[in-house]
Amino acid sequence: MVGKTLYDKLWEDHVVHTEDDGSCLIYIDRHLVHEVTSPQAFDGLRLAGRKPWNVTRNLAVADHNVPTNHRDRGIADPVSRLQVETLDKNCAEFGITEFGMSDIRQGIVHVIGPEQGATLPGMTVVCGDSHTSTHGASGALAFGIGTSEVEHTLATQCLVQKKAKNLLISVNGEVRAGVTAKDIVLAIIGEIGTAGGTGYTIEFGGSAIRALSMEGRMTVCNMAIEAGARAGLVAVDEVTIDYYRNCPLSPKGDDWFMAERVWQNLHSDKDAVFDKVINIDATKIKPQVTWGTSPELVVAVDAVVPNPADETDVVKAQSMQRALDYMGLQAGQKITDIQIDKVFIGSCTNSRIEDLRAAAIVVEGKKVAANVKQALIVPGSGLIKQQAESEGLDKIFIEAGFEWRDAGCSMCLAMNADRLEEGERCASTSNRNFEGRQGYGGRTHLVSPAMAAAAGIAGRFVDVSSWTGE
Amino acid sequence: MKAFTTLTSIVAPLDRANVDTDAIIPKQFLKSIRRTGFGVYLFDEWRYLDQGQPDMDCTNRPINKDFVLNKPQYKNAQILLTRENFGCGSSREHAPWALEDYGFRAIIAPSFADIFYNNCFKNGLLPIALDAEIVDGLFKELTDDYALTIDLAAQTISTPSGKTIAFNVDENCKFRLLNGLDDIGLTLQHADKIHAYETERAKRAPWLFREISI
Repeated sequence: MVGKTLYDKLWEDHVVHTEDDGSCLIYIDRHLVHEVTSPQAFDGLRLAGRKPWNVTRNLAVADHNVPTNHRDRGIADPVSRLQVETLDKNCAEFGITEFGMSDIRQGIVHVIGPEQGATLPGMTVVCGDSHTSTHGASGALAFGIGTSEVEHTLATQCLVQKKAKNLLISVNGEVRAGVTAKDIVLAIIGEIGTAGGTGYTIEFGGSAIRALSMEGRMTVCNMAIEAGARAGLVAVDEVTIDYYRNCPLSPKGDDWFMAERVWQNLHSDKDAVFDKVINIDATKIKPQVTWGTSPELVVAVDAVVPNPADETDVVKAQSMQRALDYMGLQAGQKITDIQIDKVFIGSCTNSRIEDLRAAAIVVEGKKVAANVKQALIVPGSGLIKQQAESEGLDKIFIEAGFEWRDAGCSMCLAMNADRLEEGERCASTSNRNFEGRQGYGGRTHLVSPAMAAAAGIAGRFVDVSSWTGE
Repeated sequence: MKAFTTLTSIVAPLDRANVDTDAIIPKQFLKSIRRTGFGVYLFDEWRYLDQGQPDMDCTNRPINKDFVLNKPQYKNAQILLTRENFGCGSSREHAPWALEDYGFRAIIAPSFADIFYNNCFKNGLLPIALDAEIVDGLFKELTDDYALTIDLAAQTISTPSGKTIAFNVDENCKFRLLNGLDDIGLTLQHADKIHAYETERAKRAPWLFREISI
């Protein structure tokens, strides 16, 4: 018998029914709900007179629209306020647990899921948000869905899905100093492109992935969607099990021992067959900086902005030129000569305690550069904020000139008040550098937390692996 | 949901690759709690010269005359012709809602992003993936009054020159689109199987079935 991939195992474990055409009804263990993609789903339930299949499988939190400062004053923007209030009302009406805006457990949905143990190894996890792939870091099958599917999950606890193909991205070797999970995943996307994973579930493996913490693995899986794959996975190992040992919603007592045994099997078999395997040499990865308006437009920090004239594919060359025009950059310009206006450290990609620690080490005892108008630190959850404060990180940031904010999605997508103004350039730890993503006309460079922190101090991009802080 | 059987329409060419869902419907419109009315904001940042806001009246906004949908000849286009990886990025279903609300019923491209592709079928839109050379050929022979006829049952596209192009579509998606069927109703026909699955799974993973108060 041929061995199974981790994805094969997770899939088979959740099949409720198979249609003649091969599409399957898949059982969903955890549904995460937020304010942006759920109102129309709840509306649909009401219109059809339907009720949730099982309310306890759902957990709701407002994150996209919440203010990250002066939260006691409420939400100023009426449209944002309406979305958050609508979520509150819908959760109350249908009996769904919600972490309210003033709850210490509130935060970015993809941060609080693992933090609470609401998303666990072996689960199927969905949310009306493409970065649901984040939860795959724990060996869960997790993927983003649209609002119709949110309604479908609420009503049936199932989704109709076609199985994707298996792609293994194996990253081997020891990374050099200053290279983080973010640099690994940006380098992968630079290599395979934003459609490189389309139609696949990506399992990230190899010694460089095994060496990552759970937080780092979440950063990598978070951006699987930026490589075109709906789901990213990392096999369960001791790092995973240790992470979940004491989460509030983790299995307790005998359940824990049984779960641990089941979870030990959540890895691809040695003889598993993947449809495609891509090998990446981790030792060659340098700190990454995106220069364009797609995550695949990325280079190492010691490189120059690429020249569209060197690209043989006409369509690609055109999009490169369009990206350069939008970003206000010249081909051949050194990345380290690019000056920035703002820094954003946060988002479901990089707002966990490890990210904040990495940024704090860089900025400690230094000051934000004069040309940097604003530098934001937005923790992923109220609990992360609390933890960081107990370690004194808030003081390090504030003394360096950073703003220390409350948890939320914030400037990753500028749905709340945190945003770039037209033409402003930002070193951002988020996941998308699309046109207008961080504010109309804003220019985003995706980097790791340490790289963003260093850019904030230097006022331009610098290579954290060799930068002395001068 | 509107059923899709056959469609004859002029074709609007959007000659760009990797059109993401932020471009299809910018994020400020995600704040709406309704599921209709997004058509006037479709491609908002490309279509208008000012910045669009939710619930804004678009009748007097300055338009970008060079943008394809602002050209009079494409005013009633129900078919969008575009390049690879259409609909990439955010999973927002507002993207197919906006395209459908604007009046598009079919999108032809060499490839689509997965989430967007699936969302189309749930909203009465037919995404058609064709070989890049065929799409390129359509771009080349496109004229102002160029119309295509799409027959979903036969899975064919007929061109003005009399050519017939076959396309692939998942049988299940095709059936639902042809009949305009609601997904939830279809799934609830399997309610017994869902209950049986839960009973069986509770034996293998009891911790998932404990009443835990969050």
